[in-house]
Amino acid sequence: MIDFELTQNDRRALDALRAEALVCRRYARHFDENEHEFPPDELPEAADFPPLMGLLGGRGPDDTGLGTMSMLIAAAQSWGDYSVRMRRGKGGLGNAALRAAGTPEQQKKWGHLTLAMAITEPGCGSDPSRVQMSAVLDPATDEWVLNGEKIFVTTGCRAEGVVVWATLDKSAGRAGIKSFLVEKGAPGFVVAGKEKKLGIRADDTAAYLFQDCRIPRGNLLGGNEEIPKESSGGFRGVMKTFNMTRPAVAAIGLGIAEAALDFTREALREAGIEVAYGPGLSAQSAAAQRFLELEALFDAAMLTVLRAAWLSDHGKPNNLESSICKAKAGTAVREITQGCIELLGPMGASREHLLEKWFRDVRITDIYEGTGQIQRLIIARDILGYGRDELK
Amino acid sequence: MISFGPTEEQQVARDAMREFATDAMRPIARASDEAGAVPAEFLEQAWQLGLTATQIPEAYGGGGEARSPLVNALVLEELAFGDAALALAALAPSLFALPVLEFGTEAQKQAHLPRFCTDRYAVASLALVEPAPAFDPIGLRAKAERKGDGWVLSGTKCFVPMADRASHFLVLARNGGGEGLEGVSAFIVPRDSAGLSISPEQNLGLRALPTGTLALERVEIPAEARLGGDDGIDAQRLVNLSRTALAAVSVGLARAVMEYAIPYAKQREAFDEAIARKQAIAFALADMRIETDAMRWLTWKAASRLERRLDATREAHLARLYCARQAMKIADDGVQVLGGHGFIREHPVELWYRNARTIGVLEGTVAI
Repeated sequence: MIDFELTQNDRRALDALRAEALVCRRYARHFDENEHEFPPDELPEAADFPPLMGLLGGRGPDDTGLGTMSMLIAAAQSWGDYSVRMRRGKGGLGNAALRAAGTPEQQKKWGHLTLAMAITEPGCGSDPSRVQMSAVLDPATDEWVLNGEKIFVTTGCRAEGVVVWATLDKSAGRAGIKSFLVEKGAPGFVVAGKEKKLGIRADDTAAYLFQDCRIPRGNLLGGNEEIPKESSGGFRGVMKTFNMTRPAVAAIGLGIAEAALDFTREALREAGIEVAYGPGLSAQSAAAQRFLELEALFDAAMLTVLRAAWLSDHGKPNNLESSICKAKAGTAVREITQGCIELLGPMGASREHLLEKWFRDVRITDIYEGTGQIQRLIIARDILGYGRDELK
Repeated sequence: MISFGPTEEQQVARDAMREFATDAMRPIARASDEAGAVPAEFLEQAWQLGLTATQIPEAYGGGGEARSPLVNALVLEELAFGDAALALAALAPSLFALPVLEFGTEAQKQAHLPRFCTDRYAVASLALVEPAPAFDPIGLRAKAERKGDGWVLSGTKCFVPMADRASHFLVLARNGGGEGLEGVSAFIVPRDSAGLSISPEQNLGLRALPTGTLALERVEIPAEARLGGDDGIDAQRLVNLSRTALAAVSVGLARAVMEYAIPYAKQREAFDEAIARKQAIAFALADMRIETDAMRWLTWKAASRLERRLDATREAHLARLYCARQAMKIADDGVQVLGGHGFIREHPVELWYRNARTIGVLEGTVAI
């Protein structure tokens, strides 16, 4: 049955999260302007907000699916601030990779750690098959020896370990790429520092160096050391992670865009411009018309995210839909935040308000986890029935 | 709880409509557009689908299924995928029957609903739009004034579907009392009423759909012609239903363009390869897919709120706005992907381009 109403339970949970998120917003400016600092693991106000432990557990039979609800939670949190949280959660993108590609033993061994995910290198981003970082087995010690550089590692400074992509054989292209788990403290593993960015400045984005870094042979995720002849299998396995992370980053971006919309609606109202839904467009002021367009864009993008998550909740493939929602949200959040600033004029650009920060923060949405162009490549190949060699 | 899953019954209805769109609508769409007329055989054929009668209660001779804005949205997408003009012609009886079902008094239902439950196409229509620049239902000008127990209607209505043969019109007019849509009522006006004159229109798009202008010059109707009696109607809900239905039409039209452009781009070659292998074309097609998805979910959201009888004013407005814009853009890009072939009438894309522009300006005509 097609339905878009939240249960009372879910609504209450999300309201509680928004109340928390609003507190986090108090700290947003400080950590934006002091980029070298990290937000605390717990805000001073945490005592007033009991942990929302049961948010995803103990759910009734009618409650929204776990995946769908996770998207709404992600959006509710980033609606407060991208990086500042009441309590810092465990886990990172690497944990999703471990769940997707690790053996049961590996999941048991490292599942409790916060794991970052390191794919991008100075010379390769959108095309991860060009990974230069190498992994060579040293049979004498039964260890992998890693050499290379990784950048833009989310949660990279604070993570306790990282899932890193390296190639066993550069001449094998994508087929040679494997993911390895490297714990912090491994010899030869250096956290080079925190990147300086346009937005999401409080976020922990690290650069890594691996210099003859040695890790146990068993740290190859999935355990398969073979290089498959056909390039699909293994690589597709690692790419699968994106089917969950793409909708999530889309939802996070949309949470920020929603904050911008809420702020703008309120500012317009104070200026005497009421946005109404009853009258058609032509019966409203130009500012209200523009706002309605941005609001429609938000709803449209959010629904594509929920669709991708809903498919995943029902065990259906969502590769195409993950790319659709990522591409849609990527452009939507840019237009929404740019449009909100335009609507408010100098007030929108002032650092007295957070709108200019949201405009900077949200820009990453169309870049990380696959740029908008990469998503369109994936979508186009899918709808045209083309392989990667037919459409590059 | 959030769900994108149609019920099994809804899926069956969708599949049946998709088949009908492909088999019965596509083959006649071009000729109907060129002729500026809808074939009578098509209307009878579509009537057999029971689009209107199934949602009328058994007491009035109908199928007795629940009135469902959601099913109507699913059906409209599929039929508009076949052809938007033919779809609106086939569904025109619902524009009258469903508001009567939803807002009518018992006497009005008994008087009017059985007419739509026979095995021959019977049509009555909705007269909402007025010939004012940037018309909006909130600024409705047609007036209903009291005269004795009855009413006197004056005003002009345009873009009335099937005006050339509708037996009755549901005319929306302002009867005083209340701003905006608050003071708007619907009146049942028989075709042969004194003071009512009907003239045919010629339009940019949806040419297969006969539409007409209604001039109402002091048309006198009895008290019982006011839909819903003293309670009147919820005009905002009527507008919301219409906006949502038009959004569904836009989705079907956009999908038609996309599903035509994709195989064309794969088969058309330039510079030694299919143009679909050029990113400029491939990305335009990808955007069509992204947007038809987004349009559909917006439409479903509005329809599902209407189905639950929740206030859907916001959702219907946003769906209508977004879908109209995107359908226009997708049709526009469709013409561009086909290049010169998008411009000639041998391919259907130029027809969809005209239809998209026309659907975009029909505020409040398809209230099902």
